[in-house]
Amino acid sequence: MSSKTLVQAINDGLRCAMARDPRVILLGEDVGVNGGVFRVTEGLLEQFGEERVIDTPLAESGILGTSVGLAANGMRPIPEIQFMGFIYPGFEQLVSHVARLRMRSRGRFTLPMVVRVPFGGRIRAPEIHSDSTETYFAHTPGLTVVVPSNPYDAKGLLLASVESEDPVIFLEPMRIYRAFREEVPDEYYTVPLRKATVVKEGTDVTVISWGTMVRETWTVIQRLEQERGVSVELIDLRTLSPWDEDTVMTSVNKTGRAVVVHEAVAHLGLGAEISARIHEECILQLEAPVARVASFDVPPPLFQLEDLHAPTPQRISAGIEKVFAF
Amino acid sequence: MFKSSAEAERELQGAAVSHPALAEFGDKPADIEDTLLIRMYEEMWKLRLFDRRAVSLQRAGRIGTYPPLEGQEACQVGATLALRPQDFVVPTYRDYGAMILHGVPMENILLYWNGRAEGCVIPDGVNVFPIAVPIATQLPHAAGIAWAAKLRKLDQVALGFFGDGASSEGDFHEAMNFAGVFQLPVIYFCQNNQYAISVPFHRQTATATIAEKAAAYGVEGVRVNGWDAIQVYRAVHAAVEKAASGGGPTLIEALTYRYGPHTTSDDPTKYRPAEETDAWKARDPIATLGEQLRAWGIWNDALETELQERMQHMVSEAIGRMESAPPPNPEDMFLHIYAEPSPRLLRQREEFLASLGRPGGRQHE
Ligand SMILES: Cc1ncc(C[n+]2csc(CCOP(=O)(O)OP(=O)(O)O)c2C)c(N)n1
Ligand SMILES: [Mg+2]
Repeated sequence: MSSKTLVQAINDGLRCAMARDPRVILLGEDVGVNGGVFRVTEGLLEQFGEERVIDTPLAESGILGTSVGLAANGMRPIPEIQFMGFIYPGFEQLVSHVARLRMRSRGRFTLPMVVRVPFGGRIRAPEIHSDSTETYFAHTPGLTVVVPSNPYDAKGLLLASVESEDPVIFLEPMRIYRAFREEVPDEYYTVPLRKATVVKEGTDVTVISWGTMVRETWTVIQRLEQERGVSVELIDLRTLSPWDEDTVMTSVNKTGRAVVVHEAVAHLGLGAEISARIHEECILQLEAPVARVASFDVPPPLFQLEDLHAPTPQRISAGIEKVFAF
Repeated sequence: MFKSSAEAERELQGAAVSHPALAEFGDKPADIEDTLLIRMYEEMWKLRLFDRRAVSLQRAGRIGTYPPLEGQEACQVGATLALRPQDFVVPTYRDYGAMILHGVPMENILLYWNGRAEGCVIPDGVNVFPIAVPIATQLPHAAGIAWAAKLRKLDQVALGFFGDGASSEGDFHEAMNFAGVFQLPVIYFCQNNQYAISVPFHRQTATATIAEKAAAYGVEGVRVNGWDAIQVYRAVHAAVEKAASGGGPTLIEALTYRYGPHTTSDDPTKYRPAEETDAWKARDPIATLGEQLRAWGIWNDALETELQERMQHMVSEAIGRMESAPPPNPEDMFLHIYAEPSPRLLRQREEFLASLGRPGGRQHE
């Protein structure tokens, strides 16, 4: 056990994966000599050598397209895309090839690859560095989309992703890269994909979130429970696609109320799908329509206004109050 | 034991740059007016002083992350002064120097790097495109702008800036190809500062130059010393004349170097040796031009003192305007999304304003 930030836990996860399986290689922009712009791959070039930690040309389509060939032909690549806002030159590869090669080859070719992508806002980054467009990927059948909310899960989910025979989009919430530390086992372990976790049990309302928003929502809940005497169950979805409907429905059937909190914009954010499924499955148990707390339907503004674009504690609180006031 | 070829690469790189491209001036150029030679020098200082002050502002927490251009002044000044007002500048994040020279107010650039939408404003009549942050994505835009000029029979060319790293992106190749196929009045100007963040030039391409890539698209390719504003000016000037007279596109590669970090969040000591940077700084393009102007008898200490004061004053005034701008209006994030905002967006805006206790707000539900 040692106390680690999210960045350190992912770094440790990469190290474990590479030490265990010689097929695992890292490739991307600035991942080698520089150790990644967020230092997630720090020290790995020194430990594993330049055949396994590779600074590539500046080309996302190239990075993701070669990863397809690498993975199909016996390697287990972990490509890094520097920021989510820069994944789009490689979008074609993701939606037409990464997501479909298993299906298109009727199972002959599989793509055990993990695309690591820092994402999310509120780190005062320049323009286009703050996207939360997880819906694009979750909307694409064949992709598995994973988001850790804490260092322990980050390492375990990463290792489970590397073990997966299917391609995983592994989204890393930048805002909490170094926000807090947690005890993380030094040894190899996995946290299962497609499994949500109940962060905190409660009886009156289910709040569903992921990534950065989990901790922020948790803080709001602490206060609300004290002030309002309500009991809140908080679920961290962890895998956004395919997502764990069982855990969510079991919880909502118990509480009768649900709120989804995410940093992506409201329109067609994952909250839309989750809300629709809850209405389909739990309509008779619901005391109120499912509420969504999300960013406004505008592109992430330049950083001076970004804190107001994303769900604020005030808006999260109001969203939860709303399902009680119905 | 572990000696990465990254290290070997770094050694190689060191050897290559122990002879930095020297500005080779001889007699005073006959083809360029004295006033323009002096203007080049003055504008280079303007950009350098702006840049240094902006870095200090960032260090003091008065603006956000900032990508310094120091070292690349000869490129941006030489290239932009060769354009006519009607020509279009299509910049990246590091080309605010060119933007300023082509008419964008300095305070807008500062506001932009301070995370404010007001900084995105390009004044009417100034032919500058907004900063493109995603690498190489601006290059097809430059082709399109030039294409429109051609279709509309305007006497106008577009100049798209890009870096060495950008030459690896598909958009660079697609833009070059369109420019070649449709013989567009466009200039692609590469500031090859030899790094894309930490990644050295030879990791971007197996060719020795960017300029030679032009041949594959049927485009003329030119390589110039980006340490020499006059050479840069001449190359771009010729390319503008060619493009404006129907001669088609040109790719210009200027070899240069950035003195500072990639951005204020970057630590260049992780990937390049200090001696390499020092070797470039020792032949500073601004200092070299200054010496040359003196040797030609058109510059002196009194002019230098006056210039430094004038430029510092100009930059201070711009910083003052940036800092005295009214606080950002939260409502701004809802503006300019569509010509006609959707009812849903209007409702979100009203709810947002109500939550802030501001006029125009209305609670729904
Ligand atoms: C599509 C895309 N991928 C990655 C990035 C992150 N990034 C920003 S600048 C940069 C390096 C660019 O190098 P170069 O083109 O040489 O320009 P320079 O910064 O040296 O001026 C990278 C990788 C980005 N902005 N856009
Ligand atoms: Mg460069």
